[in-house]
Amino acid sequence: MAVLSVNGIRKLYGSTVAVDDVSFAVERGEIVGLLGPNGAGKTTTINMILGVLAPTAGSIQIDALDLESHRCEALARTNFAAVYAPLPGNLTVAQNLRFFGMLYGVRHLGERIETLIADFNLAQFRDTKCGVLSSGEQTRVSLAKALLNRPRLLLLDEPTASLDPATARELRTSIRGSAVSSATGVLWTSHNMYEVADVCDRVLFLSRGRILLEGDPKTLPGEYGKETLEDLFVTVAREPLTLES
Amino acid sequence: MTGMNPARIGAIVLRQFYLFRGSITRTVPLFVWVAIDIVLWGFITKYLNTVTSPGFDFVPVLLGAVLLWDFFQRVMQGVTMAFFEDVWSRNFLNLFASPLTIGEYVTGLVATSVVTSAVGLVAMIVMASVFFGLSFLSYGAALGAFVFVLFLFGIALGITACAIVLRFGPSAEWFIWPIPGILSPFAGVFYPVATLPRWMQGIAFILPPSHVFEGLRALVTGGTVAASRLAIAVALSLGCLLLASWIFHRVYRRAVRTGLIARYSAETLS
Repeated sequence: MAVLSVNGIRKLYGSTVAVDDVSFAVERGEIVGLLGPNGAGKTTTINMILGVLAPTAGSIQIDALDLESHRCEALARTNFAAVYAPLPGNLTVAQNLRFFGMLYGVRHLGERIETLIADFNLAQFRDTKCGVLSSGEQTRVSLAKALLNRPRLLLLDEPTASLDPATARELRTSIRGSAVSSATGVLWTSHNMYEVADVCDRVLFLSRGRILLEGDPKTLPGEYGKETLEDLFVTVAREPLTLES
Repeated sequence: MTGMNPARIGAIVLRQFYLFRGSITRTVPLFVWVAIDIVLWGFITKYLNTVTSPGFDFVPVLLGAVLLWDFFQRVMQGVTMAFFEDVWSRNFLNLFASPLTIGEYVTGLVATSVVTSAVGLVAMIVMASVFFGLSFLSYGAALGAFVFVLFLFGIALGITACAIVLRFGPSAEWFIWPIPGILSPFAGVFYPVATLPRWMQGIAFILPPSHVFEGLRALVTGGTVAASRLAIAVALSLGCLLLASWIFHRVYRRAVRTGLIARYSAETLS
């Protein structure tokens, strides 16, 4: 059963089409990569799924709940982390986790916070204000917040952008494990094609607001005569028309 | 439609508690402006008592009015400052991508203001009483109605101010600070509304505080406060509160439609 169903969403800003008739699904336990060059519509799509941007047309279901008519229930099953959405820098790590845990209605919040602080190696920063943490440490706090409510749907917008390779690898393993063990569906955007090939079960290539390609990141490049996912990405970015059927 | 969730409202209040608890720059202003106003206007009223005809006491008229006006400003700023904390920390995406509803968020801001303005109110009552002998009890039962009206109107203006900043971007906060100053000439804080030209009296009538201060003056000069005047003031305040809530909701819906919430920054004037 799909944890996320996006049905023909479209977003217009005046006469500019940002997202055009995009449809896709994310199954439970599946990690889907949402790829595309800058301005392709990835973040616009994620913002619509998060309920902070209203689609001009189309609908979104999270765990079979319509986002527009059941916003609270749908978003209680969702969470996200993005490099452009740091947690408030004037609260400590523990305070931020408690604040967002209350917003998401997390049960046994104290225990959950302790577990996540341990999982993300944040014990030494528990009482440190987030604003003074390094960008990598802030990313770990954001990811801890994103997993607070054990979301059915997890949206990650370039989650490893500010992490060193070792931490990024640990994180990918951790999220992969979480997706499998708790059947969380993950929508993951990244410009790191190695990472995408490593972690994603399926990828969607967006170009000019539309889904251009879809498939297994390990076999998709070969289907289009490319050696690597990065080669395919460059082609999508520079010559999308050569790939349209 | 689902009701409001107390835990989510509590989270908004808890966040403000965390901020106040750890910051002297947030807690000191709760008292310092009240203290400055009391000292300044306390001595002005004392001086006026010495140069005017004996028998008239300026303390309950002027100092009382100033302190009630100060209370109204604390209420308004209680809402706006709590909102600005989220503006300054660029927290809108995290907040509004959560199950938090806009009603819960605004209720949390108002609850925060109730606490901060109550602290200010108690501080001003104690200081005015100890240093200048002003007894708020001398206003009788009408004091409750005065405080209630000013509280509602302060909340209404605070919510409207938040809507303005949400609509025009963080730099619009400079529109917000002068609002009480702009309203005070019309509200008749220091003089009877009859002193104003007719067009200003028309504006004064629709401002709930003008009825409070007219009532206050009537009370301390030996008269009574007409129940109809208080009823008008309460009705106007409730009307302002409903209008402010409607404006905030409209601005929020627009922000979701245009994507302003997702990319809120200093340059989001659109």
